[in-house]
This record gives sequence, C-alpha cells and structure tokens, in this order.
Amino acid sequence: MLNLGEDLAQRIRAHAARSYPNECCGALLGRDSAGSREVQDLVTLENFRQDSPRNRFLVRPEDVLRVEKVARERGLDLVGWYHSHPDAPPQPSEFDREHAWPWYSYLIQSVEAAEPQRMASWRLTDDRSRFEAEEIL
Amino acid sequence: MAVKVIIPAPLRPFAGKQASIDVSGRTVAEALDALTGRYEGLRRHLYADGGRLRSFVNVYVNEDDIRNLEKAQTPLQDGDTITIVPSIAGGRTVSGAPAEPATAASLSKNEILRYSRHLIMPEVGMDGQLKLKQARVLLIGSGGLGAPLALYLAAAGVGRLGLVDFDRVDFTNLQRQVLFGTPDVGQPKLEAARRRLSELNPEIQIDGYEVRLTSENALEILRPYDIVVDGTDNFPTRYLVNDASVILGKTNVYGSIFRFEGQVSVFGAPGGPCYRCLYPEPPPPGLVPSCAEGGVLGVLPGIIGSLQAMEVLKLILGSGDPLVGRLLLFDALGMKFREVKLRKNPDCPVCGARPTIAQLIDYYEFCGVRGEEAPEPAFTVPEVTPRELRERLNRGDAISLIDVREPHEYQICNLGGQLIPLGDLPRRVHEIDQAGDVIVHCRSGVRSAQAVDFLRKAGYRRVWNLKGGILAWSDEVDPSVPKY
Repeated sequence: MLNLGEDLAQRIRAHAARSYPNECCGALLGRDSAGSREVQDLVTLENFRQDSPRNRFLVRPEDVLRVEKVARERGLDLVGWYHSHPDAPPQPSEFDREHAWPWYSYLIQSVEAAEPQRMASWRLTDDRSRFEAEEIL
Repeated sequence: MAVKVIIPAPLRPFAGKQASIDVSGRTVAEALDALTGRYEGLRRHLYADGGRLRSFVNVYVNEDDIRNLEKAQTPLQDGDTITIVPSIAGGRTVSGAPAEPATAASLSKNEILRYSRHLIMPEVGMDGQLKLKQARVLLIGSGGLGAPLALYLAAAGVGRLGLVDFDRVDFTNLQRQVLFGTPDVGQPKLEAARRRLSELNPEIQIDGYEVRLTSENALEILRPYDIVVDGTDNFPTRYLVNDASVILGKTNVYGSIFRFEGQVSVFGAPGGPCYRCLYPEPPPPGLVPSCAEGGVLGVLPGIIGSLQAMEVLKLILGSGDPLVGRLLLFDALGMKFREVKLRKNPDCPVCGARPTIAQLIDYYEFCGVRGEEAPEPAFTVPEVTPRELRERLNRGDAISLIDVREPHEYQICNLGGQLIPLGDLPRRVHEIDQAGDVIVHCRSGVRSAQAVDFLRKAGYRRVWNLKGGILAWSDEVDPSVPKY
C-alpha cells in the first residue's frame, strides 16, 4: 500500500506531461513502516538517457546518493521511484523488471499525447520473477 | 583485510535489515563473495546469470567506482568502505507501444535503399538516419516556406511531420507553393499536402492540424514535437509560435520572406536568443505589408524554406553550426547573403532571466490587428458599390474615375480610369476636376479609401470610394477582369 497525497500525485502528472514525449523520472521520499508506506516528498530528476529518452530513463548512481542525502537531511527514507510511460500503459515493461531493485516502490505514470492518464505502483518480488501491484491511496 | 560494506535500503531486507556489514577479503570480489555467502538472498539482486555484477549495481571502494579501478579485482586495504549504490533504470516496452516512427530502432530494407545517399555519408550513417526517423517536426503553415520544408523533410525521412494549416489551395498559391498542383485548387491544403507527401515518402507519419494556431491550442499542438518550424506570414502567429516554443523549451527554426529578401535563424535553442530578443515589439500594423499585399518572387520561399529545412536536419543530426545567435539575411536581387550576430536579451520578457510572459497572451491585440484581414481604415468614407458605378457609367454620368494603384498593376487590368498612384496624389491632385463627381478605386478598396479621405480634406465634396475595388468589380460586374 502506497500512501500518496493528491498534491504529490498532481506533481507527478505535471512532470510527466511536461516531459512528454520523453520519459520523466524522480524519487519518492517518505516513511516505510510495516506494511504501509507513506510518500511525503518528491525529488524530480533529469533523465540521463540522451540516446532514447522517449522509452528509457536512467538515474545515475551519484544522483541516487544525492537523493539519499536529501532524504536523510529531511529525516525521510528513499522509498521508491517514479517514471512515465509516454503513449503506453502504466504496466512495468520487461526492461523495468530486469533493472528493478526489490523493496522500492516503482510508480509509473502513463501519459498519452501529453495528457496524463492512469498511474500505478509496483514492487518487485523477492525472487525477481515479476512485479506485484501496490495499491495507491 | 577487514572492510565495511554499506548496504542500500532496498537490499537491507536481504541482509538481516542491517545498513552495514563487516566482512574480509583481499579484493572486492572476495569481499562480496563473503557477503553473499552469509546472506544468500542478496546474490540474485547483485549478480546476473553467469556471475557478473548486474549493470545497475554500482560498487564503490571509498569514493571510487570500481569500474575506474580494477573492477572486481580491485585490491582492498584494512578499513576500506565498500558502498553498493543502485542506479535506477526503466522504461516502457518498445514493442508494446503503438507502431510509431518515434520508437522505431531500425530501418527496413526499403528504407535502407531509399536513404542510401544519406547512409553512405559517415556524417549521417545509420545512426543519423535513425535520429531522423525518430524526429518529430512541426511545420506551422504549408505555404511558400512550408512547401519546400515539407517536401525536403519528408524526403529526408523525418519520421513524424506535423502540419498546421486551415487554408485551401488557391490559384495565387501555385506561383511558389510547389507542394500543390493545379488540380488541388479549391482543396484543403492539408489534404493536398498529405497526398503529395505520402506519395513522396510512404514510410513517414504525417499529422494534420486543420486549425488556426491560437493561444488556446498552441501548447497542445506543439508539445509532442521536438522542433517547431515557423513558416507563417503574419506577426501575431510569429510571436505566438515564438512564445509557445520558449515556454515548452522547443527549438524554433524561423524564416520569413518579403518581395526579394529573406531571413533565417534558429530561436529558442538552449542558451540562444528568441524572436523577441531580436524584435521585442511588433511593427505598427500595416507598416510591413504581407506577401498578399507586397508580392514575393516565386523562388525566394524555395530558397529560404530550403535553408530552414537544412537547419532542421542539422539540429536533428547534431552536426555543424546551426544558426543559433545568428540571423542570416538573403538579398535575391544582389544575390548576397549577410549575417548579423544576435544576442540573447537578458531582459527578454519570454526567455530572459525573469520572464514576465509565462503564458500565452492575445497576439492579435499585441500586434494591434484583429484577424488576418487588412486593417479597417480608421475613418469612414462615402462609398459606391460596383453595381452602382456601372449604372452611373451606363447612364453616361460625367464621372472622374481615378485609379490610385501602381503603374505595373494598371498593366495587369484596369477599368479605364485615370492612373494617379496614391503616393503621387498630393503632387497631382490639381489634375482632378474639383467641380465634378469623383470615384476612386484600387485593388481591394483600402488604398482608395485613404485617397478619398485625402481628397475630402483637400476640399473635394463629391468623392466616393469604390467598395471592394477591382476585386469586387470582377466578382459583381465583369468577370472578364482578372483578379490578382
């Protein structure tokens, strides 16, 4: 269960629309306690995949470290990531699964013709075989 | 060697929920072996099949990425810290997306043949041609500039071409708008353009927007494209295209033409100026005539539009020096190109450091015009309709018919009036009989209204303007008089 307020959801939708037709990406900061996860802030990030920004995103390790530092300073944890799927549904791709980390929430915002559509959140299973949907509140 | 391994949050559930673990090893490989030996669940997240570290697993020894050291064989010293840092990657499935050129990652056999002359140049090659195929370019206007732009960009293999135009093809277009043929006259330009372009290159996607670009729809229309090309012929749309491009962060390839001269530049590129840096304010309405009023030599839009098309290809390929911060001026009669440097205006209301225009405004109001029609004269003058004029002429009334057009226009067609060009009127006003009735005409009725106003101020009492000029005369009285 991912607790995401309407304000933050709106910011993700706006980021996805603004970046269209490219993919956008960012980090979810919040708190994780047994079974429930609350997102309290976002960090929007630059997409470093200059070669194919329309269907790939990449957050470099130095940016992951930077985001972790920002989270620590605010007394929060880095609990997951969001990215957009331009002109595609918010289902994780095989590429998403191959590159995913366990534990993190992977929130995907679908955007078609620059209009934000559905969003969905996913968690990788411990055996890496598939994603499980995570309900967004 | 005793070292400490920092475990990233997502892996802690697999490492006894610990943030760091002490292990020993002489190299990074040995230390990680020791770690995954103790916590088996970590192994599948760190290593791919075949035992290699996964591409998104980054390992640092103290401050350095082991890829820059000796990779897994990087030696360790007592007290070193190994940090496992995630990189995060993902993205939608290409094959699952609707078939669109933007995601096409390869060329078919037919495309390889079609683009052969690009492919054999190392400066373009397969990579460059794929960039062209994935590019999305929006052309504002499919007129004189839009014609060569659309033809060359389609031929070159730009994968997605958007066209914005709401006009229909008319006979006066054919002298320069080589996208259209005589059978297209009367048809919507978009329909004719789509037909011609898909004949030229069926491999590309053509999007048509049969609307006038407005402040309400511009952002929505521009947003899906990488590059916007301004082929418009009026100031309100030019400022609108500029501002929308800057707001959306799109590069705007600008071109304009008038009679024998043209301009080209690239606006809105990162760090470069925009159209407003060059012209913060539009000229007063009516000062700069449009092509419909001032004329244009047929080949000129072909040259300027082709230069714009070349800039678009360079921007997509990322090669050469695009016209960012440079305005190229072309003089067809002198057959000379000149170049002036443009600077980004730090106080520019759109692209400056503290922009005052953050959303689109009313550009017709900004440019002091309403709509595309010729500005309404600021004064009203007495008028006669073409039918009334014919009746009076048929009755044999004594009328001085004055034609205030230019001599070369008189040669195209005339109603047998006395030719006194508007600019000569003050000097030659004594030639007009002040006692009799005077009817003044021009092509459309705008210049002659000014002439009537002048004559009334000069003391003429019985003076009328021919409403709608020769164009209306041809429509309502004598179709044998050609329109131009």
